[in-house]
Amino acid sequence: MGLYVIRRLLSAIPTLFLIVTISFFLIRVAPGGPFDLERPLEAKVMENLRKIYQLDQPLWYQYWLYLSALMRGDLGPSFYFRDFTIGELFARGLPISMRLGFTALLLAVVVGGTLGVIAAFRQNQPTDYAVVGLATFGITVPTFVVAPILQIVFGLTLSWFPVGGWNDGAVRNTVLPILTLALPQVAVVARMTRAAMIEVLRSNHVRTLRANGLPLPVIVRHALRGAALPVVSYLGPAAAALLTGSVVVETIFGIPGIGRYFVEGALNRDYTLVMGTVIVIAIFVLVFNLLVDLVYALIDPRVRYE
Amino acid sequence: MSDVSTPDTVAAALSTSAPVKGRSLWADARTRLVRNRAALASIVVLTFVAIACIVGPLVTGHDYDQVYQDYVRVPAQWQAYPTPDQIGPAVDRIASRMRAKVESQQVTGDTLRVTLTAPRAIDERLLVYFERSDLFRTAKVVEKADEGKKLVADVPIKRNHFLFGTDSNGRDLLTRTLFAGRISLAIGVLATTVAILIGVLWGATAGYLGGRIDNLMMRAVDVLYSLPFIFFVILLVVFFGRNFVLMFLAVGAVEWLDMARIVRGQTLSIKRQEYVQAAEALGVTTGGILRRHVIPNTLGPVVVYMTLLVPKVILLESFLSFLGLGVQEPMTSWGVLIAEGAKNIQGSTWMLVFPSIFLTGTLFCLNFIGDGLRDALDPKDR
Repeated sequence: MGLYVIRRLLSAIPTLFLIVTISFFLIRVAPGGPFDLERPLEAKVMENLRKIYQLDQPLWYQYWLYLSALMRGDLGPSFYFRDFTIGELFARGLPISMRLGFTALLLAVVVGGTLGVIAAFRQNQPTDYAVVGLATFGITVPTFVVAPILQIVFGLTLSWFPVGGWNDGAVRNTVLPILTLALPQVAVVARMTRAAMIEVLRSNHVRTLRANGLPLPVIVRHALRGAALPVVSYLGPAAAALLTGSVVVETIFGIPGIGRYFVEGALNRDYTLVMGTVIVIAIFVLVFNLLVDLVYALIDPRVRYE
Repeated sequence: MSDVSTPDTVAAALSTSAPVKGRSLWADARTRLVRNRAALASIVVLTFVAIACIVGPLVTGHDYDQVYQDYVRVPAQWQAYPTPDQIGPAVDRIASRMRAKVESQQVTGDTLRVTLTAPRAIDERLLVYFERSDLFRTAKVVEKADEGKKLVADVPIKRNHFLFGTDSNGRDLLTRTLFAGRISLAIGVLATTVAILIGVLWGATAGYLGGRIDNLMMRAVDVLYSLPFIFFVILLVVFFGRNFVLMFLAVGAVEWLDMARIVRGQTLSIKRQEYVQAAEALGVTTGGILRRHVIPNTLGPVVVYMTLLVPKVILLESFLSFLGLGVQEPMTSWGVLIAEGAKNIQGSTWMLVFPSIFLTGTLFCLNFIGDGLRDALDPKDR
């Protein structure tokens, strides 16, 4: 098992390298530069800026510089948020995004899973239709519609929670963003759990349990094991996406997470910021895919890693 | 006659009737789809939405970019504008521009009789201000008194319907929502077509040729897969800027990865079938086998995936529009309208509600159709 993890982590390095290379050259090919303003800078100022950030060097040399800095764990200075290094930006924003994402994920698994199981046990009954309808609703309504509605209802009309802002992470401020983040995930998890459960409930071992009249919790426990596989493999990439923040939610609720960095970085040609975000997201995806495979082995004893 | 066939009737039927007509996969799927009520209702609703979007902007009586300065952010209502309480202030405004005072005004039916007074003689030509407003048509002088210092005029009222209200520039929201639907649906279909074309060709080729070529082609897919998708999209926006057709061709060119994987998997099993081996033995070319045997047989999952990809692309477009990277004014899409509605949600809820209903309704329908098709085409579930 330990050996397997090490091998997987090692094999992630070439993938990461490819991702870094492709995105480095892609963002550089994009027209425009980090210092383009509405009113162009003076030629001399521009030249000096480019010299400071080593943008005057040939591209392959810049690539080399970036890679060697990356080896030392240095993601470089931000071009747009002057006075900050990319490391500092992430150190501040990542915990915030991760906290919101993790809570939303937890909510998705618990609520979505429960709804899915209930629906599966009551297949083709009103409860089932209600869950399926709710799930379809959660999948189709975009976050940027849900968020303003929540703001109006719970923020302005009922004034239970603040409409936006972070306020140093007060719990009250996190409720609405977490709900917005969780809703589509709850929907997907509920749908997947329902579909998988229906399949498992028809299988021989569960039918035997039911025929023997075992209590419901026992049946659910046995069935869940089989139904969890597809849900877990969905949750891997979903967790990576949730933990690295959401542009829409962070913009609407004014949360200082890292979700906005991707869009802001790409639009302002903040090369290092874009690269940093790509790397962070890629690492999350790789780690969570590994975690998914490990959880597989826990759930399904037939899966073995040597 | 009962529906239960006895051996006699079966034998009779076998001896006399015409040869039994086989049911093709597609005919079978169609009957099963029609039996699925949610899917059928979705097809009807979606057809209705599509027709409304195509024809609607022509019959609403407004242009999608026509600005009514006097009707900025008016709420949705069934009755025609202007409302009675809008007329008074409007007349006052016009009168003050004419340097006159309103002595009396009275509305009968669709005409307004207004009496204006001024310290000096009123220039009749200034009545053109009525015409310039969005509320009235050409005014007609009925009576002049006091050497022109008093003027009575009949002004026909211009009735306008804004069933969905207007936006913050005073444009009819119904027309804009329907027009936006054209763009959103077109984008969905366009990008999906591109994605399907590339994905099917790539997957079928890789799967059928196999070996090293397959390995190489699928490795490329894997690498593209691990790049954050939104990164690509934003870069594409940066490259292609405001040309949205080009941009969505490009989005389609990114969305083909799943398709390629699905089709490759299908192809791998199809190429082991006897009819493919027979075709090979007969000397049919690789391209011929792909066209005649492989691709038609992969179409089931492709169609399902396609109906699920269209809503995905429409959502993606609205997401980009929300970030301000999508379709540019005065063109519009559901995403643009929703983004604007979200900004004005306090006080002008209708600006968010109507486009959202159209968008989510369409996505709902497409999802139900996709699910229905999957059930209909699933050979396990007879």
